[in-house]
Amino acid sequence: MRYSGFKVIAEALTGHKGWKPAWRDPAPQAAYDYIIVGGGGHGLATAYYLAKEFQQARIAVLEKGWIGGGNVGRNTTIVRSNYLLDGNEPFYEFSMKLWEGLEQDFNYNAMVSQRGIINLFHTDAQRDAATRRGNAMIMHGADAELLNKEQVRSLYPFLNFENARFPIKGALMQRRGGTVRHDAVAWGYARGADNRGVDIIQNCDVTGMRIENGRVLGVETSRGFIGAKKVGVAVAGSSSRVMAHAGMRLPMESHVLQAFVSEGLKPLIDGVITYGAGHFYVSQSDKGGLVFGGDIDGYNSYAQRGNLPVVEDVAEGGMSLMPMIGRARLLRMWGGIMDMSMDGSPIIDKTDIEGLYFNGGWCYGGFKATPASGWVFAHLLAKDTPHSTATAYRFDRFAKGLMIDEKGQGAQPNLH
Amino acid sequence: MIINHPLLGPRDAQEFIYLGDAALIHRPDGMAEGALERFIPYTYLRDNPAGSHRELWYHEQGDRSWLVVTRNTTTHEITAVEMARDVARKEGRSK
Repeated sequence: MRYSGFKVIAEALTGHKGWKPAWRDPAPQAAYDYIIVGGGGHGLATAYYLAKEFQQARIAVLEKGWIGGGNVGRNTTIVRSNYLLDGNEPFYEFSMKLWEGLEQDFNYNAMVSQRGIINLFHTDAQRDAATRRGNAMIMHGADAELLNKEQVRSLYPFLNFENARFPIKGALMQRRGGTVRHDAVAWGYARGADNRGVDIIQNCDVTGMRIENGRVLGVETSRGFIGAKKVGVAVAGSSSRVMAHAGMRLPMESHVLQAFVSEGLKPLIDGVITYGAGHFYVSQSDKGGLVFGGDIDGYNSYAQRGNLPVVEDVAEGGMSLMPMIGRARLLRMWGGIMDMSMDGSPIIDKTDIEGLYFNGGWCYGGFKATPASGWVFAHLLAKDTPHSTATAYRFDRFAKGLMIDEKGQGAQPNLH
Repeated sequence: MIINHPLLGPRDAQEFIYLGDAALIHRPDGMAEGALERFIPYTYLRDNPAGSHRELWYHEQGDRSWLVVTRNTTTHEITAVEMARDVARKEGRSK
């Protein structure tokens, strides 16, 4: 069923009785050409692009819970391509371009809203760094704009400009950045993949991998063995657990990141603001809630819930940036599990086991990468060669000293 | 989280800095043959278990001791706290 304005009107006149489930609920077949482990944004996007762009068939997505129940439903919905390093920026700009055409492409309203993102700076050194980052973005075909203090003030007059310790001196703006309705991304990809024959199998936990003579033959699941020629793993925070089934240790730790939503407020923030002096970023949802977040808790965790010190830290960041936020009440908070890699950048690569491919290490920046991650992972699965924008995301970059460390923190995952 | 310091009693986890897996105690000998091959997994690869995890915490805003905390990564429950010094000695690391 194709969605359109006409369809909505027709259904409205006939009591909305013609809507059908957006995807099937098939039982697993005995074998597939491709198995994607992980029915989150990245896994569903991979299946979608494998079927649509790379014309592959016999594809299954295995999800241990329900699709979109992990990090694609837990993030703060921000999309942007404001990276500095060569290994990253072309990839994220590719992702940004895919976001721009996504809704037409998969015929689903994902509420892509290019409302603009600003990264504030508070010192001369930060201004220099923002200028350099903006130039790097422009050289890779993205958009960037340096705003002075008055330009920021005209956008967001309520910010704490005269903070004695961290006065706002300006911001780096990416107007094409913004927010996307995160659940709709998972649902849109799921529907698009399902329409093209992909089996989306929920409540199917991968409990083992069958590997013989260095080649993957399929996966053991809670719903029995499923054979596959190629297995692609895209399970974010559970990366280490799933890849342990193949005997692999990964260059990553799992950490919990918390996010928050305030009660609904009148329109206040029409873009995305990130604080340069503390770890705090905020936007406003279409329902009016302020959506904000901060740093990871900082210790290994698979708990999907954090602790109070970070709640306090995020609240302090918010109060320091926009004191009026102190009058808003917090409505909800939650945690998601991040696969924090050793250099803060992802891995999209083949493994030493033939037919086994890995996509992970997204730290807490995976949502914005969803379309490109799916596209380049599908490219790798279908063609066995990395996509041109993802050649740096290799397993062996650590041993070779080719880290992509945007923050320059070294092999300390909780600092990225 | 409350970390029950062996010397100071229960302390808030906020007083501590987290380093990571306690396996980091076993730093390879940089002068030995094949040190590079051992340093790459030591520096970059982690077990990252879901469940019981032994990890290094540094009491920066306290007595500046290093602790080995055994904590469940799925519940955040802390089951054991030892001085890292004692653990390292027991495991043959230090003199």
